[in-house]
Amino acid sequence: MLVHIDGPWSPLLGRLALSEIPYNNPILVGTFVFAALLAVILVGLVTYLGLWRTIWRDWLTSVDHKKIGIMYILIGLVMLFRGFMDAVMMRAQQAMADGPHSAGYMDSPHGYLTPYHFDQIYTAHGTIMILFAATPLLVGIMNILVPLQIGARDMAYPYLNAVSLWLTAAGAALVMASLFIGDFAHAGWFGIVPVMELPYSPGVGVDYWMWAFQLSSIGTTLGGINLLATIVKMRAPGMTWGRLPIFTWASLSANLISLSTFPVLSVALALLALDRYLGTHFYTAGLGGNLMLYNDLFWIWGHPEVYFVILPAFGMISEIIPTFSEKPLFGYLGMVLASLGIAGVSWGVWLHHFFTMAASPAVNAFFSITTMAVGIPTGVKVFNWAFTMFRGRLRFELPMMWASAALFYLLVGGLTGMMNAFTTNDYMVHNSVFVVAHFHMMLLLIVYAIFGGVNYWFPKVFGFRLEQRFGKIFFWLFTAGTAVVFIPMFTLGFMGMTRRLAYVAFPQWRPLLDIEVVGIVIYLLSAVFLVAQLYVSFRDRAQNRAGLDAWETSRSLEWMTHSPVPFYNFAVTPEVHARDERAWRVEHGVDTVRPERYEDIHMPRNTAIPLWLGALSFGLAFGLVWRMWWLTEVCGLAIFALIVIRSFDRDTDYTIPAADIERMERAIRDVPSGRPVVAGVRGAVPAFRQGV
Amino acid sequence: MSVTTSSTLDAKGSPMWSSGHGHDVISTKTLGFWLYMLSDAMMFTALFAAYAVLGHAFNAAGGPWVRAVAHAGVAFQETYWLFGSVLAYGLAMMALKKGNRGGVLLGIAAALVIALGFLAVDGREVLDLFRMGALPERSGFLSAFFTLVFYHGLHVVVGIAWMAVMLVQVASVGLTEKVVYRLLNLRLFWHFQAVMWVFMFTFLYLRGAIV
Repeated sequence: MLVHIDGPWSPLLGRLALSEIPYNNPILVGTFVFAALLAVILVGLVTYLGLWRTIWRDWLTSVDHKKIGIMYILIGLVMLFRGFMDAVMMRAQQAMADGPHSAGYMDSPHGYLTPYHFDQIYTAHGTIMILFAATPLLVGIMNILVPLQIGARDMAYPYLNAVSLWLTAAGAALVMASLFIGDFAHAGWFGIVPVMELPYSPGVGVDYWMWAFQLSSIGTTLGGINLLATIVKMRAPGMTWGRLPIFTWASLSANLISLSTFPVLSVALALLALDRYLGTHFYTAGLGGNLMLYNDLFWIWGHPEVYFVILPAFGMISEIIPTFSEKPLFGYLGMVLASLGIAGVSWGVWLHHFFTMAASPAVNAFFSITTMAVGIPTGVKVFNWAFTMFRGRLRFELPMMWASAALFYLLVGGLTGMMNAFTTNDYMVHNSVFVVAHFHMMLLLIVYAIFGGVNYWFPKVFGFRLEQRFGKIFFWLFTAGTAVVFIPMFTLGFMGMTRRLAYVAFPQWRPLLDIEVVGIVIYLLSAVFLVAQLYVSFRDRAQNRAGLDAWETSRSLEWMTHSPVPFYNFAVTPEVHARDERAWRVEHGVDTVRPERYEDIHMPRNTAIPLWLGALSFGLAFGLVWRMWWLTEVCGLAIFALIVIRSFDRDTDYTIPAADIERMERAIRDVPSGRPVVAGVRGAVPAFRQGV
Repeated sequence: MSVTTSSTLDAKGSPMWSSGHGHDVISTKTLGFWLYMLSDAMMFTALFAAYAVLGHAFNAAGGPWVRAVAHAGVAFQETYWLFGSVLAYGLAMMALKKGNRGGVLLGIAAALVIALGFLAVDGREVLDLFRMGALPERSGFLSAFFTLVFYHGLHVVVGIAWMAVMLVQVASVGLTEKVVYRLLNLRLFWHFQAVMWVFMFTFLYLRGAIV
């Protein structure tokens, strides 16, 4: 039954004691002071501006898919910053702890981080960047866009959507709590087995990692169900499968992946929890356990997860490029099939994460070939984007810059990925920083698509455009930083440098590691310009207001409603006539036709229950981490009670009368826009089908 | 290509904004529940995979082996309880079709009681195994075996709690749209766990008897 752990334990606090607070570690104290100051400033500002009521009523209890999407993106940005700081610390450590004569500071033999602390940092960096930065950012963008693109009022299950958000938030909060209470896992973001088993990791770090992962996994599975049901059930009349915007197709493919693989992750982690708490023998080295069981279960999720984050990124690129090429997307059907193809292949490639772990040559060959097969649909996409740009009228505004730069990273990351797919080559570079540089190229492609997407859809969500000058400086600095960090990293990989080194034994690697530090400084500098871009955009928002169609050559449905989008999305649900409905209406001169009459709109009512469920899940997981059984039991029972109580709530929706809609619609003053600029002549119809 | 077909449309003549467009609540909720069941099926799949990986004689690590713990006779008896409960719930759904509130209540109450019978047999079987020293922490094989048994048991417990809630709702609120879609989803859930039991009966108990 329950595994006994040596050491102090009290019924009230479990394993938690004052000694678990790292008040003697200057780095963590500094971080805490920074976080506390930030929190005080934020709380003070909100109180000063009197925004508590608004935040509670309009945001924390909201079930509006756009607001939930924005909150997802905020979580993603905060965690992106935290993950980035982890990266800065790792670069600094490797540049300092180089060679036997390198100095050591703060109890560390070399550099300034002890090996145990360094191990936690790379674990946190990977966990955060994949699960709490990339995933929430993309889920947030899908949340905002998918209902708009298919002409729906909201997601199929707005309440469940809020539950997903707050489960993800609880997971992120758990990772953050581990900074100041106890410590984090030191067994790598994917859990090196059997290091993460209790005998080798008796601390709370692995528990923090495991439960944070688990909460995020459940949240994402529920979110996947929601998006799939939304796309299948909530489409506007006329929105046939052949007319579905390409980003929605990409979301559909991505969520097929999340629905089918996140449950496997949940099982992999739950079995680990059983091992750690109840002493079972799933992944133990002795008594009939099997170490490879964990590796297989984890990566059956792990590799599809990579495509879960990359497909929406591809989708955003596929929306941005046609708009700024002033042409329809080349090869729509090919694009759709390629997305579904990538989703399908994602299931059959997981073993390439451990080619070196004693699979037979035949098994390795199979997975080598499936991995190379991923290149086919991806190649189709690259050629489709290139043909979309071919003979188009290209405009390199910010979203287009991010999108087209993403293509270069796709080439670098994709081709190095193909190199890793050869088992012979993989035996050479396995566990080297070459692999690290490869998957950072792929994830940076996602970051590029996200920044492109944020720049592209920002005016739709907030009603004003992001500033361009600082935005372009940010783009170029970010691009320079990427090159300066990762080109030396590829080189170091070829020179034989393995990943996760708290101490680098070879001084001859020092120059390249120093160049990487220069790169990370450029990254830091670029972040300043991102803040400047956001600040200036917000300051000058009155001048930068956007109309219905912020870029004047947009093509899909979301550009037919007001910017910012009203909470009911479309005053009247549009009838869809073509694949690129907005472009079709402009082409036929019917884009200014407004609805003749309005109808009542049925909307879900805001509720605080999802927020409480998130908070209670945090309490449940926190109790499990510290083995405070009373907390776990109280929170578990409260979750059950809340779910039952909610099911008795009959007052979950309300109706907005048609007259109110009409009044609100008349009050909105859209900035005039919509006629594309052709050779300086406003109002001329662009060459929508030229070059196809 | 819809672009070509739609260009033949009379753009000025066709409606731009729809009227009276609504979504079917029950079918939307039911689709979501099917998708949830797919994810739950993946969880069962992963657990069955774990059982297959840890289902070799050496995974028993010298402890009780499958013949000693998988009693097909008891499992057969449990199958009767479980299928009886599913049948009772099916009868409740027949009553729902006729709008017979009393029949719905009666059917669900019967399903609930029979499910409790299953839990009693299942629980006693597990306790007997524990008493003879077959504990989950004894070996990798027993960990996988009991995890599957308990994961299915958890479904039965959740189903029973759900039935209890639905009994109250049918009795107090009546057969409203919300109550009906929940009853339909519970029907899916109850059949789903029975289907999973069929797999458990085959791979754990029947196969266990011949290994």
